[in-house]
Amino acid sequence: MPEVHLWSGLRALAGGREVVEVEGRTVGEILDALVAACPGLKEPIEAGVSVAVDGRIIASARNEPVNPDSEIYLLQRLRGG
Amino acid sequence: MALDEYRPQEGDEAYEGPREFRQVGTRPDRPDGFDKVTGRARFGADMYAPGMLHAAILRSPHAHARIVRLDTSKAEALEGVKAVVTRADFSKNVIFAPGTVGEFWNILENIMAGEKALYDGHAVAAVAATTPLIARDALKLIEVEYEILPHVTDVDEAMKPGAPVIREGAADRSVPEGMHPNVVRYHESGHGDVEAGFAEADLVIEDHFTTEATHQGYIEPHACLGTLGADGKGELWCCTQGHWYVQKVCAALLDLETANLRVTASEIGGGFGGKTTVFIEPVALALSRKAGRPVKLVMSRAEVFRATGPTASASMDIRIGMKKDGTITAAQGTFRLQGGAFPGAPMEFTAMCAFACYDLRHVRQVGYDVMTNRPKQAAYRAPGSPMAAFAVESVIDELCNRLGLDPIEVRLKNAAREGTKASYGPTYPRIGLVETLEAARAHPHYAAPLKPGQGRGISCGFWFNYGGETSVSLALSEDGSAQVMVGTPDIGGSRASMALMAAEVLGIPYENIRVTVADTGSLGYNEISHGSRVTYASGLATIKAARDAVRKLRQRAADKWGIDVEAVDWVDGCAVPSGPNAGDFDPLPLAEITKTMGATGGPISGHFEATPEGAGVSFATHIVDAEVDRETGKTRVVRYTVVQDAGKAIHPTYVEGQFQGGAAQGIGWALNEEYIYGEDGRLQNPGFLDYRIPVASDLPMIDTVIVEVPNPGHPFGVRGVGETSICPPLAAIANAVSNAAGVRLRDLPMRPSRILDELEKQRDDA
Repeated sequence: MPEVHLWSGLRALAGGREVVEVEGRTVGEILDALVAACPGLKEPIEAGVSVAVDGRIIASARNEPVNPDSEIYLLQRLRGG
Repeated sequence: MALDEYRPQEGDEAYEGPREFRQVGTRPDRPDGFDKVTGRARFGADMYAPGMLHAAILRSPHAHARIVRLDTSKAEALEGVKAVVTRADFSKNVIFAPGTVGEFWNILENIMAGEKALYDGHAVAAVAATTPLIARDALKLIEVEYEILPHVTDVDEAMKPGAPVIREGAADRSVPEGMHPNVVRYHESGHGDVEAGFAEADLVIEDHFTTEATHQGYIEPHACLGTLGADGKGELWCCTQGHWYVQKVCAALLDLETANLRVTASEIGGGFGGKTTVFIEPVALALSRKAGRPVKLVMSRAEVFRATGPTASASMDIRIGMKKDGTITAAQGTFRLQGGAFPGAPMEFTAMCAFACYDLRHVRQVGYDVMTNRPKQAAYRAPGSPMAAFAVESVIDELCNRLGLDPIEVRLKNAAREGTKASYGPTYPRIGLVETLEAARAHPHYAAPLKPGQGRGISCGFWFNYGGETSVSLALSEDGSAQVMVGTPDIGGSRASMALMAAEVLGIPYENIRVTVADTGSLGYNEISHGSRVTYASGLATIKAARDAVRKLRQRAADKWGIDVEAVDWVDGCAVPSGPNAGDFDPLPLAEITKTMGATGGPISGHFEATPEGAGVSFATHIVDAEVDRETGKTRVVRYTVVQDAGKAIHPTYVEGQFQGGAAQGIGWALNEEYIYGEDGRLQNPGFLDYRIPVASDLPMIDTVIVEVPNPGHPFGVRGVGETSICPPLAAIANAVSNAAGVRLRDLPMRPSRILDELEKQRDDA
């Protein structure tokens, strides 16, 4: 089951956890499962997050595939100038 | 749903390996150059329409004030005035929400004040009249009664108990309990045990740094021409980095169907992130809807300074521990950024970029987004990263000085590389920081002797880069030329890069390709030109669109020859049999196929729509020599070298231009530029006479070195280059100035008075 690493500031919204295990085959499924497991994460995820999957930063595509052993980090949504 | 259905669009983004390019990597003239040097290019203010009105905006003279009464009747009665709008003329359906979730409400509140004026220059009403003069005269007839409120413009002051509250309820749930209501977002990240790391260090330095708000300083002020009918259909011409975003925002703020508003991007006289949002376009459209005529709205330079986004200012605390051999044992940073009277200061990027250059076992970064009575900040080239690099790289420089270590060797010793766990979490794929440091060390600049009174500074910098939603369409003409339609405004020579990539794939001359920035009615959705994404994402889409066209060209050849399309290759602009078994046919040039395409199956085009997500992160290393006049405090940058990883430089001249541009803007940010507020909270320097950006005589020739470590997420290996170049300059210049003056400069800009103060302190201490 993929492990999702949260940035430390989200810990309070995820029951004190920095790593949450959730089922999912895509970025979108992972995000939905995170909200189901930790409803407190709904607001920051809706505000916009990027997801780093095996070092690739996925800014918005929910259909990007995720493997069970993927390294997954939630990041605040990227934007540039 | 089966996993296959989730797959991104056909054609992945993977790097295709080293190859010999015929056109990519060459330096042809830019296709828009002739228009620009002859004045034929049309910018925001260059568009006219029959019956057009001219608009002007009334702005608050107060930093913070409740609008008690607003009476526009006298202005409406003035002859020549055709419409006046206030907040009541915009959508009531845009909902307030905390933090950046309610960004459309934030934009609406910013472009036209509601109950309060939140900063000096905040719009409170607008007029459309038959002449610009009448419009400005009408503004004087609008009666506004203000109740002046206490204000705060400094980030540290705004966080203190008792500071005036900008807006209750603006904080999102990330903010820890007990913080002032002006603290609206919070970020914390890192790994390891920083205290354990500091205990391992031979030397720990902790210091405080500040940077001021600086404006993007684009040459062209914001300008637009809008037409909106009572039927809800409209046209908008505007100067923007992203016209689909403008379309979306205007539709929301005016209750329109998105598709009923067609937006065309003008040529753009600079943006640098400042034109990634919306300031005047909905106002022009609201006036047009009310007047029933086209409305043109052009900002003055003073309005640009007072009411469009500068970048955030920052107050930062950095603590870094180092062993005598140069190993960094731990790093910690606290970053407080103010982004004006709205949430959105890019403190999370400041925090995430701060230590991204280094391989650290113990690292922790904290960020605060703070509201003040200043204009709503807008993105500025790698938003948030330059100030972080300034603070962090200054401390590293000081550690090197005190431990007697070489600044490049120390950075190489600690440099992030493939497999490093980034300070912000993930593991890096292939990256090019080490290569930039090695190239800097090998550059003659690094070994060149310094003259008395001069100092040398080194800094590294990091930026993420971005992909985003992208659509490209490519159409072949009967004569074999090609039109490429992209949706990303050309802010850095991208039309040349797109043409080179299309020419490379099609195998036709660069000159036979015309690249057009299409309007919102002519192409699928495109995200803004931001995040250094254009050459990466639109470039990738151009390659894929050209390959789509090539596939169809091969099919036409296969049909003509009566063989399978898989037996046809595309080589140097011709269809050729893939091998002896495919048959013996003469190469069929592209123009021969397109000449008869109407009769062989119809027009041939290529398309690609996707959200490329393989934008590779980017690193740079800068070397700066500076000279300080100890009598006047004036600083002169005498030599500057930029070394940056571009992945693959499609058009090296424009890559070098991006490197030089970032360095030039960084020189201004470091030495001169700042928003200066009076005690009344009003901006004191809203013009280029008092807000000093560098001019040519302030700058040395900026030397450049392009490093090419291919991005694994692009077929040709491209990484964005537009933003990383502004990350190292503040620190590199500060380190050079500090080393020249013999005193650490911790506050930007390093204007002469500030340097003299520090030198005086140095003398007093001595």
